[in-house]
Amino acid sequence: MLEIKNLVVQIEDNRILNGLNLTVNDGEVAAIMGPNGSGKSTLSYVIAGKEDYEVLDGEILLDGQNVLEMAADERAAAGIFLAFQYPLEIPGVGTMTFLKACLNAQRKARGEDELSTPDFIRAVNAAADKLEINKEMLKRALNVGFSGGEKKRMEILQMALLQPKFCVLDETDSGLDIDALRIVSEGVNALRAQGRSFLVITHYQRLLNHIVPDTVHVMSKGQIVKTGGKELALELEASGYAEYRTSEAA
Amino acid sequence: MADVTNLRSPAEAGLSKLFESSRKAFASDQAISREEAFRFFEATGLPSRRVEAFKYTDLRAAITEAAPPAEAPSEDAARAAVAGVKGFAEVEAARLTFVNGHLVAALSDLDRIPEGVTVAPLNEALAQGDARLKLLAPVEQVRENPIYQLNTAFLADGALISVAPGAKPRTPVHLRFVGTGATAFSTATRVLVEVGAGAEFFLLESHEGPAGLTYQPNDALDVHIGEEAAFRHTRLNREGDAAIALSTLSVRLDARAQLETVNLVTGAKLSRHQIYLHVAGADANAVVNGATLLGHGQLADSTLLADHAATGGVGREMFKTVIDGDSTGVFQGKIIVRQVAQQTDGKMKSDCLLLTDDGQMMNKPELEIFADDVACGHGATCGAPDEDLLFYLMARGLPRATAESLLVQAFIGEAVETVTHEGARDALIGGIEAWLAARG
Amino acid sequence: MPAVQETIDRVRSIDIDQYKYGFETVIEMEKSEKGLSEDVIRFISAKKNEPEWMLEWRLDAYKRWLTMKEPEWARVAYDKVDYNDIYYYAAPKRKGPESLDEIDPEILKTYEKLGIPLREVEALEGIAPERRVAVDAVFDSVSVATTFRKELEKAGVIFMPISEAIREYPDLVRQYLGSVVPVTDNFFATLNSAVFSDGSFVYIPPGVRCPMELSTYFRINERDTGQFERTLIIADKGSYVSYLEGCTAPKRDDNQLHAAVVELVALEDAEIKYSTVQNWYPGDNEGKGGIYNFVTKRGDCRGARSKISWTQVETGSAITWKYPSCILRGDDSRGEFYSIAVSNGMQQVDSGTKMIHLGKNTTSRIISKGISAGRSQNTYRGLVSAHKKAKGARNFTNCDSLLIGDQCGAHTVPYIESKNASAVFEHEATTSKISEDQKFYCQQRGLSEEEATALIVNGFVRDVLQQLPMEFAVEAQKLISISLEGSVG
Repeated sequence: MLEIKNLVVQIEDNRILNGLNLTVNDGEVAAIMGPNGSGKSTLSYVIAGKEDYEVLDGEILLDGQNVLEMAADERAAAGIFLAFQYPLEIPGVGTMTFLKACLNAQRKARGEDELSTPDFIRAVNAAADKLEINKEMLKRALNVGFSGGEKKRMEILQMALLQPKFCVLDETDSGLDIDALRIVSEGVNALRAQGRSFLVITHYQRLLNHIVPDTVHVMSKGQIVKTGGKELALELEASGYAEYRTSEAA
Repeated sequence: MADVTNLRSPAEAGLSKLFESSRKAFASDQAISREEAFRFFEATGLPSRRVEAFKYTDLRAAITEAAPPAEAPSEDAARAAVAGVKGFAEVEAARLTFVNGHLVAALSDLDRIPEGVTVAPLNEALAQGDARLKLLAPVEQVRENPIYQLNTAFLADGALISVAPGAKPRTPVHLRFVGTGATAFSTATRVLVEVGAGAEFFLLESHEGPAGLTYQPNDALDVHIGEEAAFRHTRLNREGDAAIALSTLSVRLDARAQLETVNLVTGAKLSRHQIYLHVAGADANAVVNGATLLGHGQLADSTLLADHAATGGVGREMFKTVIDGDSTGVFQGKIIVRQVAQQTDGKMKSDCLLLTDDGQMMNKPELEIFADDVACGHGATCGAPDEDLLFYLMARGLPRATAESLLVQAFIGEAVETVTHEGARDALIGGIEAWLAARG
Repeated sequence: MPAVQETIDRVRSIDIDQYKYGFETVIEMEKSEKGLSEDVIRFISAKKNEPEWMLEWRLDAYKRWLTMKEPEWARVAYDKVDYNDIYYYAAPKRKGPESLDEIDPEILKTYEKLGIPLREVEALEGIAPERRVAVDAVFDSVSVATTFRKELEKAGVIFMPISEAIREYPDLVRQYLGSVVPVTDNFFATLNSAVFSDGSFVYIPPGVRCPMELSTYFRINERDTGQFERTLIIADKGSYVSYLEGCTAPKRDDNQLHAAVVELVALEDAEIKYSTVQNWYPGDNEGKGGIYNFVTKRGDCRGARSKISWTQVETGSAITWKYPSCILRGDDSRGEFYSIAVSNGMQQVDSGTKMIHLGKNTTSRIISKGISAGRSQNTYRGLVSAHKKAKGARNFTNCDSLLIGDQCGAHTVPYIESKNASAVFEHEATTSKISEDQKFYCQQRGLSEEEATALIVNGFVRDVLQQLPMEFAVEAQKLISISLEGSVG
């Protein structure tokens, strides 16, 4: 599904990713763990196509197609979805308006017909119910005045609605209480399917109790330094990142 | 329309006569072009309310007579005048005393100037054609200001202050302006401050004068803040109740320079304090505050122009006005952000508390933005003290007047509490308390 | 910064063709002689069969105008108009239609192209028949059709061309004309008083809620023709009316002058809601051509508890000079001003409002959203004042500017004058650019950069769009997107 080859990225002369290699197979849930500053968020932004990063070398292939030349919206239409660590507030733009605009833009880019309004509302309501999202929230401006947990649930709602192929969850557990964590995780798990892969970026193991990964990668100094099964996460929880930090400092 | 501007008011005609007659006295100083300045002034005349920048402060109507430039006072007269002045009296400082616009060496601490600072009387500097005089008028727009030009034309005395690069004297220099006399007079002083790179300098400035006399001070302060230097300026306007006091502060800020200037106005029948900032270097920081307390029949005008011509400048301008009685407060502020001045962060605020129905407040906060990556804003509010708050305080047992005073103090205190120099801050707070006490 | 260059290129490449109302209608016109003189004014007055007092009024205005100077305080720069090189009167030769069938078919076609329903039947066939709109269409100097007149008459509402009202309701017109915008108010209003040729007249009788939206559609067609329409709306005690105004003009290389006057009078407990979508031709991307829009609009809240609300969406014109204002004379009266001003290319906008508080407990609210792109200059200029007697006056002002690209300017010039302690004024203004993070977020969800920009801008102007009647809001939203096309790099 997604293949990253020798990715080298810098921002304002600071090298963040140093020849990173990563493969996520079809239907796989891969987790990336690592200490702060190891480049996890940078990786998620580069996959999604944020402009501030300079890609010096390497490729990101989605189903064999290099996405680095594509603009962020083209990548979205190709099926890449980033659940933001800090979802943006957009004053004045109604949540429903936003959802509809995104959904139809992607459908249009893929040569599909626009969704009719009743179908759209039905789809949103169904997704909202699952995520225990209050209908009143949908009437407000996007993310404006939402709590941290509400914003994260809104991210998963968008994911459910847009049905992407490849989902990147950037620290989705940060700022969530235990109930919200459960709701968000259930939302994600419901979307697990053949033809859809996940890259779950997290600092802590606790999210991975809820979204159980197939593989766990450890990232440090802009590279994947260790890969293993879900038990690797538990090891890390016990031993901490100290080992990887020293390697970073070296 | 054209022939209207040619009609000169008696005061304008008087000023022309005064300029002609004092021309001889101006020796042969070539360093400033008085002639050019006066021609400029003559062309515009005393600005009336038809001139946009003087819309709320009609100098043509206010100045009915041209007051003659004051002579230098005798030492005895100067001593008598200074005896009762209070401005910053409690603050330890090296004082430069100006009586009726003339530097009085005997009442000044010219021999106790803090280390790293040099002071030269302006008259000497003019006579010698001091090279630093080229730093006068550090902001382009100030050269189009009739008040500033009038100051140049009649410039009688002042000082040149230089702070050596890296010097950080703890003791402030205090410019103590005192007016005295029995008949109307005018003054024109100019102080030039050059703060060297990396230096930090405190300047205090106080203005006091006799009650009941229509004297007309016109003071200008030109400042050049070098790279990474800091200039902290605290000003007190306690002019006499009939004075027409005009003043101009122009400041050029180089890269990473810091400016702090706070002006407390309680005096003068009419005052106009003009502040011109030219942000010439990147990442400079300017804090400009004003606190104005007006009683009966006063007009106080604070006019500010902040011209951002370099990236990353931060400007924080806060003006607070309290009006009791039939006085008028005026705030005109303009932030210009030039196309090169990306990432400028400018916030300007003018708040007014009207304590009686007779007062009025005129606010004109402007933004002129040519750079897209900026965060600029301004706010203006005007109203009576919050009745709910007053009630709350009164319900706790405070008499209405005390409650009102408390609210006024809290309101205006915001503009002075950021003053870095503790003594200067206490002096401003003392000034506010004195005004409230006198109000009763 | 390559992005900047790209922006410039994109802006340059905007074809004037995106102004889709830029076509010209070829019909036979009757015009006054070029230039302005007493004879021309007599000609206009005679063409309109005006009573003597009206002619005198015009001639008086003309004499005053000759002594006046064109104002220069606004932040706009333009080649001065040669007032003797334009036609002050142009009318289709076929005139005085008794029914739509008598209107020149070319004009009907024009309005069809513009999407303005002049045929009542068509309007009735609309999706929401309960939201019918009565239209008065003004083509160059004359009103060509007014729809739904019979039905309005039943409710006692008078809605007709002002030229007819002068003949049919001279007392009403005489009582109110020039009572809000005096003949000598300003250079452009005085010129309008001398030469205005047509416009709309509305009178809503006491207690009547006007049964439908009233609308005037202005179209400048002829070359070298100034348009000087005059609108007078009177809402008598306890009545209500919502009025819409739309404007377009053909693309031409030279500038055309539009100097209108709109006067609103709201008596006790009456309410007038006046909405404008101004889409005059803005000129090409080098600043050639386009309409000079010098308009005086003022409402007088004459009666207690009356209310006047101005909503404007300004996307067109080369120069906009326009300050719809409210005089809050009646106690407890209320004035509102909601504005979106979008400028792109070389457009210059100087617009805002005046809220003059004279009565007790009067309130006003100003929401202004300026968006500058391309190489345009966009200025908000406003006055809020409280007279000594305006006890308890309240104003809230919020003016925000958004800059797209670094070749444009956004300026704010508010005057806030309080002469009264019990008046509470609050004013806030901000200038910022569209956040890159917000844009990236939208793009990550699949929106193109332009769509993302349009979406965020629509969010930015939402408070104002909400004030517009629904059909207008949709049209306005589209217009904003169109006028910002090519503004992102």
